[in-house]
Amino acid sequence: MKIHTEAGERHVLAVTVDNEAGILAKITGLFSARGYNIESLTVADISADHALSRITIVTSGPPAVIDQIIAQLDRLVPVHSVTDLADGGAHVEREIALVKVAGTGDKRIEALRMADVFRAKVVDTTLTSFIFEITGTSDKVDRFIALMRECGLVEVGRTGVVAIARGSEAL
Amino acid sequence: MTEMSGADMVVQALVDLGVDTVFGYPGGAVLPIYDALFKHPTIKHILVRHEQAATHAAEGYARSTGKPGVVLVTSGPGATNAVTGITDALLDSIPMVVLTGQVPTTLIGTDAFQECDTVGITRHCTKHNYLVMDPDRLGPILHEAFYIATHGRPGPVVIDIPKNVQVATGTYSIPNRIDHKSYRPQVDPDAAAITQAAAMIAAAERPIFYTGGGVINAGPDASAALRQLVALTGAPVTSTLMGLGAFPADDDKWLGMLGMHGTYESNMAMNRADLIIAVGARFDDRVTGRLDAFSPDSKKIHIDIDRSSINKIVPVDLAIVGDAGRALDALIAVWGDKGYKARDLGEWWRRIDGWRATRCLDFPEKKEDGAEIMPQRAVKALFDATRGRDPIITTEVGQHQMWAAQHFHFDSPNRWLTSGGLGTMGYGFPAAVGAQIAHPDRLVICVAGEASLQMNIQEMGTVSQYRLPVKIFILNNQWMGMVRQWQELTYESRYSNSYSDSLPDFVKLADAYGWTGIRIDNLGELADGIQRMIDTPGPVIVDCRVAQLANCFPMIPSGAAHTDMILQPNDITGTMDDEAKALV
Ligand SMILES: Cc1ncc(C[n+]2csc(CCOP(=O)(O)OP(=O)(O)O)c2C)c(N)n1
Ligand SMILES: [Mg+2]
Repeated sequence: MKIHTEAGERHVLAVTVDNEAGILAKITGLFSARGYNIESLTVADISADHALSRITIVTSGPPAVIDQIIAQLDRLVPVHSVTDLADGGAHVEREIALVKVAGTGDKRIEALRMADVFRAKVVDTTLTSFIFEITGTSDKVDRFIALMRECGLVEVGRTGVVAIARGSEAL
Repeated sequence: MTEMSGADMVVQALVDLGVDTVFGYPGGAVLPIYDALFKHPTIKHILVRHEQAATHAAEGYARSTGKPGVVLVTSGPGATNAVTGITDALLDSIPMVVLTGQVPTTLIGTDAFQECDTVGITRHCTKHNYLVMDPDRLGPILHEAFYIATHGRPGPVVIDIPKNVQVATGTYSIPNRIDHKSYRPQVDPDAAAITQAAAMIAAAERPIFYTGGGVINAGPDASAALRQLVALTGAPVTSTLMGLGAFPADDDKWLGMLGMHGTYESNMAMNRADLIIAVGARFDDRVTGRLDAFSPDSKKIHIDIDRSSINKIVPVDLAIVGDAGRALDALIAVWGDKGYKARDLGEWWRRIDGWRATRCLDFPEKKEDGAEIMPQRAVKALFDATRGRDPIITTEVGQHQMWAAQHFHFDSPNRWLTSGGLGTMGYGFPAAVGAQIAHPDRLVICVAGEASLQMNIQEMGTVSQYRLPVKIFILNNQWMGMVRQWQELTYESRYSNSYSDSLPDFVKLADAYGWTGIRIDNLGELADGIQRMIDTPGPVIVDCRVAQLANCFPMIPSGAAHTDMILQPNDITGTMDDEAKALV
């Protein structure tokens, strides 16, 4: 007997929650307990009185599963709202990566040239290394990192996706 | 606003919340609360013999009264022992508040004596939980916890209280009105959806009501509304294990329970229906059988308080989020406003009567006095003997549970207490204790298996201490019968570890605890033995020896369709393919 799993499409969920101890464990635990995917998850306090956090979750699954994920999140006591950003039409997604590249000579020059094309900023340099800061969609960040692999990539740190719907409305 | 110790605040909050009973067990980390409870004039503390039993007793109390059950246990092992009952309450949507002691805040995280991460451990088996770090928060948190446990889909809430928070003083405050920031369950159904649902019911040719524990949770009025709507529409009714009692079993619209050990007529009617009206039921795998064959030609309306239950397993045509009782009331109102009349469902009922004619709950038996007792017969005799006494029946888990569900009949809600979602052996006896505490004068009977009973048998002491007249009726087949049945069906009768070896002498055990023990060996002794049990004022254990190898039918084997029910023992094959074996 084989165990098979269903493929699905990518969704970005914005979840506002009470900024209380254990909330992140509650959310991530829900995903692991019910077998949902997390591609990335970011969280930070977003209100002046530190009462609310916004969690952005990139997940994937067939439509029925995405529906379940939203309903399951929504019924958690500390969750205020859950929004599927794809549902509301256009939205903006960004991710930041810090990319350390080490090398000398041609490779170093090539790295710098490509960073320029990608509008990555140099935030630190030594004679033998750069740290680039790149902001963009996950796709763009992926492509930049793939190129840097050829130019002496030694370390990457990524934030995961934050996203927000276009237009004047709030969630 | 008065200054008092955290422990006093806990007790004050319980009083203010109308709590009359707490099931618990003391220990170092809750001693301040125990001291505050010492000789308390209104709150009765029931000392159990194991914390798991405290949680099941609280469930029994809650399920039989509709009020939340309250549990008090110490840190570490006290809290971990409570986890099974907390999870049971989560899966069966039972309102429960569990207070756990915790090491002082200054020691949290140091592996202190009897420290465990209670909020971490219970995070995913509670509806919500709290760690209280400040005594001033105790009042608001306790009030909020009771609100959360009892509103929307009910469930267990844990409040973990460090010992220094119990000792420290602060101000006790009560929130004026619980207006939770984020938790606002939708109780009123959408009016347009109700109108549409009524039209769908009025137009259906083969409708069926499929009801569940949500109707019981919505209160006795919801059960009354269900009866009224069924009478108006003339449609048949089936129910899940958790929903038994919401609709009277002696009504001719009643088809019996559905699902794995449900009746043939219920499962066939679900399969052939053109409209299913699911009310407070969640399409559990024990109910649906093979999903791709589940009721293929029906439209489905799903009424549920929990949006995440809708479209979780079976996609439905019309979703109605709301309280079952309010939704049923709204349907009745619209039915009247629109002047709908019950359709002629004669053809549908003729088909149902055809399925009923299989008499799927019949079982072979010998009738002479010396004959061995068929377990089904024992349940039927128990039902006949207790008719008119409005008993509360609890069960353990296994074949006896299914036989009780099939052959004991209920005409009102809150009389049937069983562990459905988690299927917890060891639930039934302590649940009977909780129900008896709540209803001191009622006849409370736990229908038990000899194996399950041993999981919380220590509670005999609790029963003796509080002089509770609880009756335990053991269907003693000397097997973990349900396990043996599956081994027959799936593993060619290789009975791996399913024999109940080295059983105690239950009659002597009764004696040891100051109970009455009765043993019933054959059919001739059955009626008398049961009558003696009922007539004995105190607690009684009945060791009813039943046919050892009887199996529970009808049965939909796991992974099979409703139409593939096994009706008779000789339909059994003894092997299964891996796909079927992998299902529970
Ligand atoms: C705590 C727990 N452990 C294991 C099981 C699996 N299980 C289900 S029924 C059963 C056998 C129950 O035997 P008994 O209580 O004698 O009831 P019978 O089936 O014989 O009526 C077992 C082991 C369970 N449901 N709960
Ligand atoms: Mg048994």
